[in-house]
Amino acid sequence: MSEEKLVFDRADALVDVPTHYCPGCQHGVAQRLAGELLTEMGLTENTLLVTSIGCSVFLYNYLNVDSVEAPHGRAPAVATGVKRARADKFVLSYQGDGDLASIGMAEIMHCANRGENVSIIFVNNTVYGMTGGQMAPTTLVGQKTTTSPAGRNASKEGLPIRMSEIIGQLGGTAYSARVAVNNVKNIRKAKKAMKKAFEVQQKELGFGFIEVLATCPTNWRMDALKANERIEEELIPYFPLGVHKDVTAEVED
Amino acid sequence: MTKTGEKLFIKGNEAISRGAIAAGLKCYFGYPITPQNDIPEYMSAALPAAGGEFVQAESEVAAANMLIGAAACGVRSMTSSSSPGISLKQEAISYLAGSELPTVIVNMNRGGPGLGDIGPSQGDYFQSVKGGGHGDYRTLVLAPGTCQEAYDLVIQAFDLAFKYRNPVMILGDAILGQMKEPVITWTPEATDESEGKGWRIVGAKDRPGRILKSLHLSEGALAKHNLMLKNKYEDMASFTQKEEYQTEDADLIIVAYGSIGRIVKSTIKKLRNEGHKVGLFRPITLYPFPSDDLKKLAEQGKKFLTIEHNLGQMVEDVRLSIRTIADSEFFGFYPGNLPTPDDFEEPILKALGGK
Repeated sequence: MSEEKLVFDRADALVDVPTHYCPGCQHGVAQRLAGELLTEMGLTENTLLVTSIGCSVFLYNYLNVDSVEAPHGRAPAVATGVKRARADKFVLSYQGDGDLASIGMAEIMHCANRGENVSIIFVNNTVYGMTGGQMAPTTLVGQKTTTSPAGRNASKEGLPIRMSEIIGQLGGTAYSARVAVNNVKNIRKAKKAMKKAFEVQQKELGFGFIEVLATCPTNWRMDALKANERIEEELIPYFPLGVHKDVTAEVED
Repeated sequence: MTKTGEKLFIKGNEAISRGAIAAGLKCYFGYPITPQNDIPEYMSAALPAAGGEFVQAESEVAAANMLIGAAACGVRSMTSSSSPGISLKQEAISYLAGSELPTVIVNMNRGGPGLGDIGPSQGDYFQSVKGGGHGDYRTLVLAPGTCQEAYDLVIQAFDLAFKYRNPVMILGDAILGQMKEPVITWTPEATDESEGKGWRIVGAKDRPGRILKSLHLSEGALAKHNLMLKNKYEDMASFTQKEEYQTEDADLIIVAYGSIGRIVKSTIKKLRNEGHKVGLFRPITLYPFPSDDLKKLAEQGKKFLTIEHNLGQMVEDVRLSIRTIADSEFFGFYPGNLPTPDDFEEPILKALGGK
């Protein structure tokens, strides 16, 4: 019998439980990348996680780290409190688009602007997921939701907000990027960008922000494959992938 | 072991700030609103100098949520505000109570409802002692009447917050915050290093991750949580404080708290000199309310008059306390005016005469 060699395993930061996510939802991919990085970077025991609202809240069940739950929109303020109390810890938060870009707009802007040394993963699936598919600030023009049944109307409801560009403009931001997890190539890039956001916190350079374009097949009323195609065809053209701010080049040189 | 410090002539707001720092405050988060601005202003310089963190938040909402983060880490944290700002903090206070996180919240009550005015009032009694935010919860509420008491009670507030893993509110008003009095400072015993051990988040080493949360979705889980909280609030009921002044031989007991309690005391002193048998019952803990002590006075056949700087709020708790034996009359001095001891003479004499 030939000796078997383990080449791939679950990262120890990830709890070995089934997730509650709908089939085809990409929260699981984003969370897995975060978990893998915590393990690979040796951060698991040092991480304090702030969980938010909606589908994101259950991240505390999937990462084997200490965590505290924030009210709707307020995760960046809670993360500020955690970091100010324990500057020696790695502080991670994870929010959806309704949470971060609507009710929590003030908290995310000021947390970034103060340059809090925390990392926030922002999952943009253009819809309120757990709440039942209502319109989000990131809902695309023409996209039908349960509160925009005729499709989002720009003249009445405004244009979808591009968060990573806005966050990239703020003085306290050390790193801001938008990634997608719709194919292997993009997943690899997403992990690299997430790592960068984590590193700027470790180096105490300021606020790190990763926007992850992700599917919500249930609320998009699509099957998983169609939802994945929508990322490429509709989301990426409006929410271009890329780095909007990265202070590390200036610092490292 | 306590270390007695200097005798200072300071405002109530500064007494609260100094008391908090003496108690080992590590994180203060606030937002300017009159009449409590002396607190964030004092903290902005003094707390960093004492090795703590000061953040002027973008809003009262954010400040209260920063408390959630710091309290979860098991450090001594505090915010302060005034009435409209406290309304904004209530969402986070509900989460703090639901997640059992210890912290101190100062409310220097001003006139309301709405924008009201910046003058003193006791219009936030209901909001403070009946929960205030959504869901079933209580905050411990301490109501100082002097600057010295403000200093002392804020130190006690931190101990109570950690003892019960619950938010504690200091309820003052614009009078207390803005007046200057001599205060003797003191420093309590060094804070217990193990405070928060067993529940605070510090990083999951050699154990599963710890979750501080108020969400309980599975069947029966929230009911269990609510029962546990109810038992905790009942435990708190054993802890009450009050001041009684000349109640022994009094025919009429005036029930009043905070600044009004102290102004009424002056009225009582004057009326006593004129031979009127009146006494003062001043609750210091508004939640839990010192109901048993009040009931004892009712059993002695006393009459009651509740005086508040509002339209009638604490009087409901007074009536609940003595309801099986007696009732309480009420005199409300409306917010928007500043009372003097003379303003309470007529209603007290009227209540005495109506024997």
